[in-house]
Amino acid sequence: MSELDIQPELVTAMLTSFLREEVAAAGMHRAVVGLSGGIDSAVSAALAARAFGPAEVLCVLLPHERSNPSSEAHARLVADSLGVATRRVDITQMVEGYVAQEEVTDPTRVGNVMARARMVVLYDLSVEWGGLVVGTSNKTEMLLGYSTQWGDAAHAINPLGDLYKHQVYQLARHLELPAEVIDKPPSADLFEGQTDEADLGFSYAQADELLYQMVDRRLSFDELTERGFDPTFVQTVAARVVRNQYKRTPPVIAKLSRRTIGTDFRYLRDWMR
Amino acid sequence: MTRSEYSSAPPLKNLRVLLAQTNPRLGDVGHNLEEHLSILRQAREARADLAIFPELSLTGYFLKDQTFEVAMEPGDPTLARIAEASRDASVIAGFVERDRGGRLYNALGFFEGGELRAVHRKVHLVSYGMFDETRDFAAGDSFRAFEGEKARIGPLLCEDMWHLPSAYLHFLDEVDVISCSSASPARGVEAGGQGLASERSWELILRAQALLLRTFVVYVDRVGWEDGIGFGGGSCVVGPTGDVLLRMDALEPGTAIFELDGNELRRARFETPLRRDERPSVLAAGLAVKLPGWHLSTEGDDAR
Repeated sequence: MSELDIQPELVTAMLTSFLREEVAAAGMHRAVVGLSGGIDSAVSAALAARAFGPAEVLCVLLPHERSNPSSEAHARLVADSLGVATRRVDITQMVEGYVAQEEVTDPTRVGNVMARARMVVLYDLSVEWGGLVVGTSNKTEMLLGYSTQWGDAAHAINPLGDLYKHQVYQLARHLELPAEVIDKPPSADLFEGQTDEADLGFSYAQADELLYQMVDRRLSFDELTERGFDPTFVQTVAARVVRNQYKRTPPVIAKLSRRTIGTDFRYLRDWMR
Repeated sequence: MTRSEYSSAPPLKNLRVLLAQTNPRLGDVGHNLEEHLSILRQAREARADLAIFPELSLTGYFLKDQTFEVAMEPGDPTLARIAEASRDASVIAGFVERDRGGRLYNALGFFEGGELRAVHRKVHLVSYGMFDETRDFAAGDSFRAFEGEKARIGPLLCEDMWHLPSAYLHFLDEVDVISCSSASPARGVEAGGQGLASERSWELILRAQALLLRTFVVYVDRVGWEDGIGFGGGSCVVGPTGDVLLRMDALEPGTAIFELDGNELRRARFETPLRRDERPSVLAAGLAVKLPGWHLSTEGDDAR
């Protein structure tokens, strides 16, 4: 048993209650989830299906012609197992319309364009469907900044944001998601052969363990290295967490007036929900 | 406050308490008032003697700048409506109180017989982690019992319960029941324990206080979500021997009624007479030594 293990039943109960109530606070009772074929979006979709009922959840499949065909197959497997509505929107033309015209070849830039094209579609369909865009970013990737700002990191509400990858796996097994989705190596599938762990240079298991001790338990650098974490690894991860703070905060506003949004104009989003 | 002032207070017989585990809407006092009134009608039908609501039950919890906007002064029509509804069952409900000096308090009103009879102002404001109460609230500086016609009640607000002297001062006042209204966020889902870690902490504290102070403890926590922070619920009644006599669901709103039995209180206090054997003078002497220059006043705290 890992120190990171959660009580999946309790977490499921909390997150379904959270989704129902916070979506209702926005005056809605339906959800839109971009389904990638990966484990995070599968768990988000499964939680939404429990919270709102499968008929109220629209899962959107957003392939690009260079996407791995197994991604779409796995997304369908998840949607079928949940019994949710699906919609397929091929983003190739959207993406290439810009990327080809401007001759963008850097895979990171192309990947970001893909992630943002998907965001554009999800937000548009959220109007058509009358539902809120439910996020799929877990705590590990948010802390590491392994996401595209205003792309996959854009959503109205996020049930996974306080769960490390390890905990997402636990929840996926509890929610009985298809084994194909749980067992495959995590990948953003933004270019051929991509895997998260190769991109990051370390495994999710390593990152989860370190982030949990560093963030949740507030252990210092010295305490972490005394416990056997490699100093270079600790520094690399700590630097990523700090460097990517901008992805976790709203844009910075210069204070000029007596009362400034975000500084001393302080209201929750659930203000008079 | 001396004991002789209470010599005419009747001993506790049976007290039917309604626990109102509500989900207040943030800043929507009108909605919350209607919900209170509806629960108070239910209390009347169930012949309850006392209905207890959570912390800030009329306003919601993470108010931030809304604290100023929802604050109520004596004579506020919302408080008057609750008072009016307190003719059959007494009521403990949470609101933001504004005093003449413009200070805002996280307050608990005690309504009985058609009147607002007393107010408890949260003494131990909480400002750490996700909390920021000292930014918006002034702190209360005393623990005084609510003198009900059927019971003497020691009111506490959430964090008050985490500071030993709070319930202890009510113990010295020989209350029949400590009533703790709370807006406690649900947290701690690790597999090491069963249920929420926050709920386990609360149970430990409530049971220990009930056991040591030989009193009933009624805990009423709210439920619902405010910007991703969920409140735990799990409202409960603990008896004077530390046993949990009633527990409500975590996370779900609802009401429950429990009848406190005055004879249980008397038996528990006879079997283990901790109040009789308590020596507050030892505490007073110890404080005088440990806090030299302390003159039995809390006014110095204003400097904070």
